[in-house]
Amino acid sequence: MAQERGIKRQIQLPLTEAIKISFESLRIRFWRSLITTAGISLGIAFLVSVVASATISANVEANRGAREAEIDILAAQEAKEAGSISPQSIWLISMSLIVCVVGIANSMLMAVTERFREIGTMKCLGALDRFIVELFLLESGFQGLAGAFIGALIGLLTAVLVNLKNYGLDTFVFFPGLKILAIIAAACLLGVILSVIGAAGPAYKAAKMPPAEAMRVEV
Amino acid sequence: MIMPELADDVVVKVENLVKEYKMGSTIVRALRGITLEIKRGEYISIMGPSGSGKTTLFNMIGALDKPTSGKVYIEGQDMSELDTFELAWLRCHKIGYIFQTFNLIPVMTALENVMLPMIFAGLSKSERIEKASKLLEMVGLGHRLHHKPYELSGGQQQRVAIARALANDPAIILADEPTANLDLKTGREIITLIKKMNEERGVTVITNTHDLKMIDVSNRIVFIRDGLVEQIKNRDEVEVVVGTVEE
Repeated sequence: MAQERGIKRQIQLPLTEAIKISFESLRIRFWRSLITTAGISLGIAFLVSVVASATISANVEANRGAREAEIDILAAQEAKEAGSISPQSIWLISMSLIVCVVGIANSMLMAVTERFREIGTMKCLGALDRFIVELFLLESGFQGLAGAFIGALIGLLTAVLVNLKNYGLDTFVFFPGLKILAIIAAACLLGVILSVIGAAGPAYKAAKMPPAEAMRVEV
Repeated sequence: MIMPELADDVVVKVENLVKEYKMGSTIVRALRGITLEIKRGEYISIMGPSGSGKTTLFNMIGALDKPTSGKVYIEGQDMSELDTFELAWLRCHKIGYIFQTFNLIPVMTALENVMLPMIFAGLSKSERIEKASKLLEMVGLGHRLHHKPYELSGGQQQRVAIARALANDPAIILADEPTANLDLKTGREIITLIKKMNEERGVTVITNTHDLKMIDVSNRIVFIRDGLVEQIKNRDEVEVVVGTVEE
């Protein structure tokens, strides 16, 4: 019936355009985006510093043990335990992650709320709910990636400094490069996932509103 | 034999439209049964005191909100039958919106704002740039293509909004108090521009206003009071004296 009258359904937003729009949105609100990103960075930096530090010291201890007492399995074993993550650290890491998620969720809630009018306008121009969600998820994904990467570097730097103090140059001699790379990659992934989760709720809620209601909201 | 549709030139038809809002425990009836027909190419002004329901009516005609009961037909299509995809398509292709607060996307340049509905409509990049530049030139902003909204004056922003409203050659332009945030001279220029689009492109214009200047260019004026149509008058039946203070 609707189709007969020339009403069609096809409306599109190519991914390249969506990426461009969300990237511009971040760039123009640079300082605000920076604060959100810094929140992510701090959480991830803490996480990475704890994990990377433990990994490095475990590696150094094990290799030193192997060098000094060639077949002293017991010493190597001991060293590994010394380098593993303590329950206290696990608790700290969990706390920092929770703070990270709450901070991101709060920032995204603000970012979405202050842009209700923009969302309503986009829907007036023919945007589907899906596009709105897509734009905000892309935005938060970029923020998560950038924040997590910077945070991971800061965390790694801290870990290296701590280990330099403890082991001196052996830190670099027995540097577990591949493991560290894996930790950084995992941290970036985690940052993206956390910030996308934080943004999904508010973005979905905003996208579902009728355009008139979204534009009526005064912030 | 094929019967020609009798009401073929009716572009918007509103039937017994009722809209209720819940405000706490009380129910406010913003529209109490509006019936209205608007013909293709007409320039209609909806007048009424604030709180009379004109913005609500505007939102219903523009598919921006759902009525409690009653029907809105756009080009013969009952809007309540459309799903969200079809509504988005309708908003994108059939209706152009102009707002009191301009509502340009702040992060985009004038050109990008006009191109946005064309992206949704699936035009290629070169088509978009060509068409949007032409539209902006037509509204007198050919020299401001790459300015962001905050670098433009109110009147210029509204011109961008007019160009954006025309992006996908809509059948209807809905203008919600387009001059309310503009000074007298700029407001008059905007009205002249909208009227020009109405005459040159044959687009139906529905505005929502208490600006007397807008009445002057209208074909018909719909007076709304307390959610009902009070009266509908042709332009020549209404006396408008612009520029004097009415007692």
